[in-house]
Amino acid sequence: MSTETQPSDVISKEKPTPAKKPEEKPVDLPAFEKGLSDKITEKFGDKIEVAFVKEDRVRINVGRENVHEVAEFIRDELNFDHVESVSGVDFPKDKEIEVVYHIGSYTDSSLSRQILVLATRAQREDNPIPGKDATILPTLRNIFYSVEFHEREIFEMFGVFFEGHPDNRRLLLPEDWADLPPLRKDFDSRGR
Amino acid sequence: MTTEIMPGLALQKVDERIMTLNVGPQHPGSGHMRIVVQIDGDYIVACDPDPGYVHRGEEKMAEYRNYITNIPHLERPVIHDSCNVLYPYVLGAEELLGIEVPERAKYIRVIASELNRCIYIMYWLAIYGIFLGHSTMFMWPAGDREFLIDLMEKMSGARVTHAHFVPGGVRNDLPPNFEDVCLRQVNYFEKRIKEYAAVFYDNPILISRTQDTGVLSKQDAIRLGTTGSVLRASGVDYDLRVKEPYDVYDELDIHTNVMKEGDAYARSRIPWLDMMESCNIIRQALQKMPKSGSVRTKLKPNPKTKVPATVYKRVESGRGSLGCYIVSDGKTEPYRLKLSVPSFRNLIALPYLLKGEKLGNMPSVYWSLNYWPVEADR
Repeated sequence: MSTETQPSDVISKEKPTPAKKPEEKPVDLPAFEKGLSDKITEKFGDKIEVAFVKEDRVRINVGRENVHEVAEFIRDELNFDHVESVSGVDFPKDKEIEVVYHIGSYTDSSLSRQILVLATRAQREDNPIPGKDATILPTLRNIFYSVEFHEREIFEMFGVFFEGHPDNRRLLLPEDWADLPPLRKDFDSRGR
Repeated sequence: MTTEIMPGLALQKVDERIMTLNVGPQHPGSGHMRIVVQIDGDYIVACDPDPGYVHRGEEKMAEYRNYITNIPHLERPVIHDSCNVLYPYVLGAEELLGIEVPERAKYIRVIASELNRCIYIMYWLAIYGIFLGHSTMFMWPAGDREFLIDLMEKMSGARVTHAHFVPGGVRNDLPPNFEDVCLRQVNYFEKRIKEYAAVFYDNPILISRTQDTGVLSKQDAIRLGTTGSVLRASGVDYDLRVKEPYDVYDELDIHTNVMKEGDAYARSRIPWLDMMESCNIIRQALQKMPKSGSVRTKLKPNPKTKVPATVYKRVESGRGSLGCYIVSDGKTEPYRLKLSVPSFRNLIALPYLLKGEKLGNMPSVYWSLNYWPVEADR
C-alpha cells in the first residue's frame, strides 16, 4: 500500500516526492529498516533527511555537497555494494533535477531484500547547455563503480553533469543530438 | 586520443599498430548495437560498447499514458519475456493504486512468468548456438520454444506480446483443461531440454571455445553490479525469487543455480539450469493454485493514485533483476517511470571481459552476457 498517508503530503501537489520525517508519524516502523536509517541519522544529523522508512526500502534525501560522504558511509559502514538503478526526475517548478540512486547489497545476506534510496538534487537551468552550466553533481563512480553507464545516461537525458566522471560521453542518444535533454519536462514529445 | 571539435564530430589520431573495428549496429553478431573494438593483431586491447541504436523512449512515452494504456508499450523492450518485463511495473502500480490481487491471479502470474522465462532463454540459446557455429542448437531451441508459446497463446490469446498482466491481476482466466495441457507440455519440454546436454553442453568444441574465456571474478561481478545469470555464474547466490519473493514465490520451493567458474561456459549453462528450475516451479504452482476464483480486481477507468508517492519494485526476469521506479504526483499518468533493466546493468562488464581476448572469442563472450540490446536501449 502506498505509504505516505498524512494529509500534509496531499497539499504539496506539485512535489511528488513526499519528504516528511517519519518521526512525526504514529505508525510503527519496521525495526530493521529503522535501524539502518538511525545509523545514518546518528552519523550525519541535520545534513540528511529521512524521507520514508518502509518495508525493505529506506529513503534518504541529501544535499549535493554531502552526497559523496554519505555514499561512502553507506558503502563502508552499512555494507551496500552496488547501485541497481540511477533515475533522474525533473521538477521544473522547484528549479531542480533530482537524481535517485537505488543501492543494494550482494555480499551481506541480511541486506539482500533491502534497497537504500539515496536522493540528491541538482540546480536546474531553463536553457540548458549540458556540461557547461550549473547543473552539476559530484559523481559517485569512485565509490560505486556500477554507476558508470547510469550516470552517462542521466547526463544525456537530463543534462546533469557529473563532476569527476571519467567518461561523460553520450550513450543512448545519437552523437549529433542538438535538442533539449529529452527526459526533461519541457521536452514535449507530442508533435515532434 | 580523440579531440572533439564539434558535438558528435571527433578527430582521432590513427595508430600504426592498433586497428579500430566497428562491429554493428547491423552486424548479425552484435545484435542491434555497435561495439567499437580496438585490436592489436588478433587481440582486443579496448572495447567500447555503444548502445542506443534501437532507443525508443519508453520512459518518456510512459509519462503521457495512464496506468492501463502503459501496459502494451512497456512490454516492447523484450517481447520474448513480456510478462517479466511488465511484472515490476504492475506490482508498482498496484501498490500506488492500492489494489489487492486475488490469490488465483498470483499463481497464474507465476506460471506465465516462468513460461516466459523459458521462452526467452530458448530464444537466447538459439542465438548463442548459431553464433558459435552450432546450427543444431539454433534449430532445436527455436522449435522446442513452440510448446511453451502455444501454452501462452492458450492462456493469453497472443503468441509473443501477451499484455497479460494488468494492475489487479491478469487479463483473462485460464481456458478449461489448461492445467493438464500445461503439465503435459512442461514435462515433455523438460525431457527435451535435458537432451541438449549431449549435443551442446557436453560438446568438447563448445567447452574448448567457452571454458576459461572471459572470466569474471566474484569481486568484479559484485563491484560492477551485474545481475542474473552473469552474477550467479560468478558464484554469488542471489535470486530475487528467493531473496525478495514477490506474489506467491515465497510459498514455492525454489533452488538457485550457482556456478563459481565465472567464465563464458558457466554463464551459458546457468540459464539452461534455470529452465529446469522453472519447470519445477510451474509444476508446484499448478498443484497449489486455487481451482477457481476471481483473477482480476476490477479497476475504475482511468485510475488515479491516491497520494503523491514513489515506489521501486523489482523482479527476477530471464536476464536478472528488473526494477521499476515510479514517481506519481496523484494524477492518472505516472510523473516519471524508470525501468532499470538487467541488460543495461550487465553491459558494463563487456569491456572488462573482452580486454585481452582474441577477436574470435567475441561472440562467445558477448552473447554469454545474456544481453538483449533492445531492452538495454529501452
